[in-house]
Amino acid sequence: MKPNAKRRLVNFANAAAVFVVLLALWQSVLWIFRVPQYMLPSPWAVARAFVDRFTTILIALEITGEESAGGLVASILIGLLVALIFAQSRWVRRMLYPYTLLLQTVPIIAIAPLILMWVGAGTASVGVIAFIISLAPVIFNTTQGLISVDENLVHLFLMHNASPSQILFKLRLPHAVPSLFVGMRIASGLAVIGAVTGELYAGSSRVGVGGLGYSILYASTQLQTDYLFALVLATTVLGFAFFFLVMFLEWYFLHNWHESVRMPDADADS
Amino acid sequence: MAGRVVPMVEIENLGKRYGAGQPVLGGIHLSVAKGEFVTLIGPSGCGKSTVLKLISGLTPATSGSIRVDGMAPKDAREIISYIFQDATLLPWRTVEQNVGLGLELEGVARRTREQKTAALLDLVGLGHVAKSYPRQLSGGMKMRVSIARALATNPRLLLMDEPFAALDEMSRDRLNEEILRLQAEQKWTAVFVTHSVSEAIFLSTRIIVLAPNPGRVHAEVAVDLPVPRTAALRDAPEFDALAVKVSHALRAALAPEGAPVAAP
Repeated sequence: MKPNAKRRLVNFANAAAVFVVLLALWQSVLWIFRVPQYMLPSPWAVARAFVDRFTTILIALEITGEESAGGLVASILIGLLVALIFAQSRWVRRMLYPYTLLLQTVPIIAIAPLILMWVGAGTASVGVIAFIISLAPVIFNTTQGLISVDENLVHLFLMHNASPSQILFKLRLPHAVPSLFVGMRIASGLAVIGAVTGELYAGSSRVGVGGLGYSILYASTQLQTDYLFALVLATTVLGFAFFFLVMFLEWYFLHNWHESVRMPDADADS
Repeated sequence: MAGRVVPMVEIENLGKRYGAGQPVLGGIHLSVAKGEFVTLIGPSGCGKSTVLKLISGLTPATSGSIRVDGMAPKDAREIISYIFQDATLLPWRTVEQNVGLGLELEGVARRTREQKTAALLDLVGLGHVAKSYPRQLSGGMKMRVSIARALATNPRLLLMDEPFAALDEMSRDRLNEEILRLQAEQKWTAVFVTHSVSEAIFLSTRIIVLAPNPGRVHAEVAVDLPVPRTAALRDAPEFDALAVKVSHALRAALAPEGAPVAAP
């Protein structure tokens, strides 16, 4: 076995062992303190709820997935656009940065009802909430990437009589791609959180069918704690899926040249 | 002026200060004829790099005048190439894409660009890494890519700001020899900045020693060593004699005004 594959197997075994220990702890807490099922269901009950309600969970997953994806894609596009405007001048940044900060500091729970009122209950407003909560990291990181270009590289472009648009598209933008991905990674997690939070307010157009947030609310009012746990599990899976999707895209676009996704050096000699 | 040959670089009474600070350069006169290899050498703070920035028009002069082949610096950029201390390669582009950058920015057609790029990579001995990315290269190789990129646009004036300062001595010596070979083939004019006395002597036809605070010309040393120059030249007695002379001028340039300095 290659050392690399072996190391990966050991890592996996370690993670699996931790998982088993956690399950055992969970189960023993139930036995020792005699916790009722509606307070804390057993791991087994959660697994059973997951399997029994698989189709419902899948539908909820799909709804929340679409809302988060919509919000994320919007925040990437708009965030990139805003960053391009910010990169134009220090003056614009100074004027508009405080308002961008506002995006990050205003608790989403506080404005969710407002957005529902303006956009109307349903997936659209949930998407908007996911968008708002995930926008700031894209703007901040991408702007930083756009403006942190080495001065000599700008000089090099100027020496070849490069136009401002050439400097933007052939220098600043490619330079900012790794930072854009850092922003996207943070935003991907936030978009899922935003969508689930939004759904707690947005409700559903049909009884019993809604996204993960709606279903979690529903399960908690019904005291179906095992189902609730299964939904939380599904939410985590969704968050992971988004994160790994962004990680994959990052690897795909950057592995040739960027340090953060290093390949073994092929042919360096002098 | 009929009959007069226009110098490649003509600097008269050049002064530079940034904002309201101390002047960086105070009244520099310098004329570089076509085909010359002139090196600026001096202690840090003498404004050697600033002179290059001014010749390229990247920063405006505070006083005095600069003409590059009779033109204002900004209008002369088409005939100037600049080589920086770092290789300043774009990490997301392959070696050949980096070499073709200047041509691409100037709107040269892809076909012509690719031919030109391939020829230059062969010239600097990097044909085999054309498709590699900069981070796969050693420091010396990166600098050669940077040189190839600078030469791709057929410059008539090459400005080099300590291009080999970050390299080990062996790579540096070899690149010095290569630079001279390239200049002999392509006949451009060079203004070179360095800290290294031996590099200055090996490369130059003329060495300008600058003094600091504010930067000014302290001494001029003509290097009349035979061409073509080879590695063996570094061991020649004339080479050592010049090294002593330049080092002496450098030390004198650093000495505070009025302090006793041994005559050169």
